[in-house]
Amino acid sequence: MEKEEVKQKIYALVEKSVGRKKLKSSDIQKTISAELGISRDEVKNALKDLIDAGTLIYTYFGGSFVEIPPKQ
Amino acid sequence: MPKKYDTPLLDQLEKGSYPSFVTEIKKAAVKHESANDLLGALEQCYKDKKTHWKHGGIVGVRGYGGGVIGRYSDIPDQFPGVAHFHTIRINQPSGFFYNTKALRELMDLWDHYGSGLTNFHGSTGDLVLLGTKTENLEPLFAEVSSRGWDLGGSGSAMRTPSCCVGPGRCEWSNIDTLDITYSITQEFQDEMHRPAFPYKYKFKTSGCAVDCIASIARADCSIIGTWKGDIRIDQDAVKWYAKNGMDINAEIINRCPTKCMSYDGKELQIANEDCSRCMHCIAKMTKALRPGKEKGATILIGSKAPFVVGALLSWVVVPFMKMEPPYTEIKELTRKIWEWWDEFGKNRERTGELIERKGMRNFLEAVGLDPQPAMIREPRRDPFYFWQPDELK
Repeated sequence: MEKEEVKQKIYALVEKSVGRKKLKSSDIQKTISAELGISRDEVKNALKDLIDAGTLIYTYFGGSFVEIPPKQ
Repeated sequence: MPKKYDTPLLDQLEKGSYPSFVTEIKKAAVKHESANDLLGALEQCYKDKKTHWKHGGIVGVRGYGGGVIGRYSDIPDQFPGVAHFHTIRINQPSGFFYNTKALRELMDLWDHYGSGLTNFHGSTGDLVLLGTKTENLEPLFAEVSSRGWDLGGSGSAMRTPSCCVGPGRCEWSNIDTLDITYSITQEFQDEMHRPAFPYKYKFKTSGCAVDCIASIARADCSIIGTWKGDIRIDQDAVKWYAKNGMDINAEIINRCPTKCMSYDGKELQIANEDCSRCMHCIAKMTKALRPGKEKGATILIGSKAPFVVGALLSWVVVPFMKMEPPYTEIKELTRKIWEWWDEFGKNRERTGELIERKGMRNFLEAVGLDPQPAMIREPRRDPFYFWQPDELK
């Protein structure tokens, strides 16, 4: 599985959850690795790229979550 | 900078014999607008008998999920200097050893980008910088990281590990707490900066059972230096203590928690097989007693302050572990613990709480540890280990 594809899947998952449920990093790792049949480390790696690029951000609201950054 | 606010309520906190944080804020207010507004905002909180701070949010530096704790005022128009007043955690050096050059450099940066207010150190162990604006976060981070500092942990992540001064200043340290803390910090960078746990996870390392950093009460993983073998006794030094006025029976023998010591007025005897290595006698008779020669650590899991359930103390899971670089055994055990916690932990549930909920037996099976007598928390309790049906075949 190409890393880009994993990144797209992660972004789509986070986007779909907006307004419904805040996702934790471990939720994303579990869901995507099960869905794509890849290791959690691969998901973690792709997530790291998305965070480093600022495409997704960490937020804290009584726990740490991964979210889409607010539009400026 | 002129005084902006009258603070009669805060002024009360300057009375008395102890140092006052109000005095320190007033000092910083001479130079910093934000510290000045902080006095006003805090006075308002006291007047209204409620906090005007909001906590959390989306502040941080790119790539990191922790290290910056968002603080916002809910009355920004009244106190614009503290409209945002974020806290930054800087990973402290192991054992809190700084040189003055490093401190001056850091404080110059903080005077430039922040309120000038600090907390040396937070209960996490971090060097805490109190109060800056969102737009200053990235430039400040770039400056501090270019000088070799890094952010500490916050949120649902591994928190900045901390330790006692260990062999740096203490001859009784059974392990190199400084090196262990540094090694754990380097090994688990990802877990510290990219929060992926159900909740926080803390490491604290003490060189001996005196536990100067209270790791047994404050860390999910407490690493406490200990030894194997007999306590080494210098009988001449015992005599020296007796001659110089120490009541050995009252101060040492009667205070031994396991009553494993005796003193007939001439010689001190220790039944080492009954010793729980609490360090009381060694700490009191430093000339006469020394720990045994084989050094290592006891690993305890699960302490925490009250939240989901009440306060817990850490529980022994490995009575003795050799602690030699690169500390593979503790790192592998940690990964197994995290895997189990990640699988079964609820949101905001600490490892100790999960062990309480699922049982020590499940925990031991999951992380591959054999039950041992040293794990039993108190006498006359039902043991937590039972044979599995397939183990009886």
